[in-house]
Amino acid sequence: MAEETITKMVVISDTELPSDVVISAYKVSSDVTIKETCYGLMLTGKRAEVDRVVDAVRKLSPTKVFVKERGFPPGDERRCRANRGGGPRPGFHQLKNELDLLPDIGKGLVLVERGSKPVSLPEEKGLPVDAFKRVIDEEAPNRRTSRS
Amino acid sequence: MKIFIFPANSLILSDLVERFGHQPLVIMKEIRKRVTDPGLDSPPLNMTPDEAKKGLKYAAIEIPSGVRGRMSLMDPLVEQAEAAIIVEDADYMFGCMGCARTNELVKYVVRSKGIPILELKYPKNENEAKNFVLFVKEFLDKLGVPEPEKKPELMPEPKQEVKR
Repeated sequence: MAEETITKMVVISDTELPSDVVISAYKVSSDVTIKETCYGLMLTGKRAEVDRVVDAVRKLSPTKVFVKERGFPPGDERRCRANRGGGPRPGFHQLKNELDLLPDIGKGLVLVERGSKPVSLPEEKGLPVDAFKRVIDEEAPNRRTSRS
Repeated sequence: MKIFIFPANSLILSDLVERFGHQPLVIMKEIRKRVTDPGLDSPPLNMTPDEAKKGLKYAAIEIPSGVRGRMSLMDPLVEQAEAAIIVEDADYMFGCMGCARTNELVKYVVRSKGIPILELKYPKNENEAKNFVLFVKEFLDKLGVPEPEKKPELMPEPKQEVKR
């Protein structure tokens, strides 16, 4: 059975640039199709080759490069924006949401390298009702009715 | 080990699990099997009426076919799971009722499977994110060092006697 063809997304956080990373990726293997995107790269090819490129790219900056597999091949008409009449592609909002968090996750990875242990953080509590009423009185003193 | 992650398409979770030496069970693998198949049973995503029947393994016939279809998509992941990381309250997990109920059902099925589970909340700030990574690392370390895939040992070729 032939080895399966997969696509992996390499997402870059913080200060790295996709154009720098893509050059390093090209140096590793010529059997992988590489597409440069706004968030990083998309690598398509046989699993072993893609993993080899991913390992090499990860070594460049381990705390700033994140990788996940992708179901659709790049440029697929069901997902690609080119045929959809504009707008973000399906799945972009999730990627954007996680992309914003990646610098903090990178800091966590630095702590892992240092051998830190997790600590239990205090749970966030809601604003007490009395304090909330005080804020309302300060901000809009005439808005509160007699009932409240 | 094969780690089930929830949200099953999370970039952060799948990266962390892979980075710490385990295999993440992500939904993208199942999607890929369907969308890259040469056959087009039910375009665009090849979810056929049979999927809803396969979902009967988890949900009764009265349950909407959307939930059963989604469950059939998750079934291979749940079956293979040897441990799980469940993250609650992810902002991007909102969706229709079919998605919401499937999420509930998947979490229930995984929890009742009796495998080691790490339950966390989705990080909202820097400190929570750092802690999140440390908790995942600690959990995966406790699971043990993954065994490398055994490759067939190469037997040395028998020496041939050269007769002169």
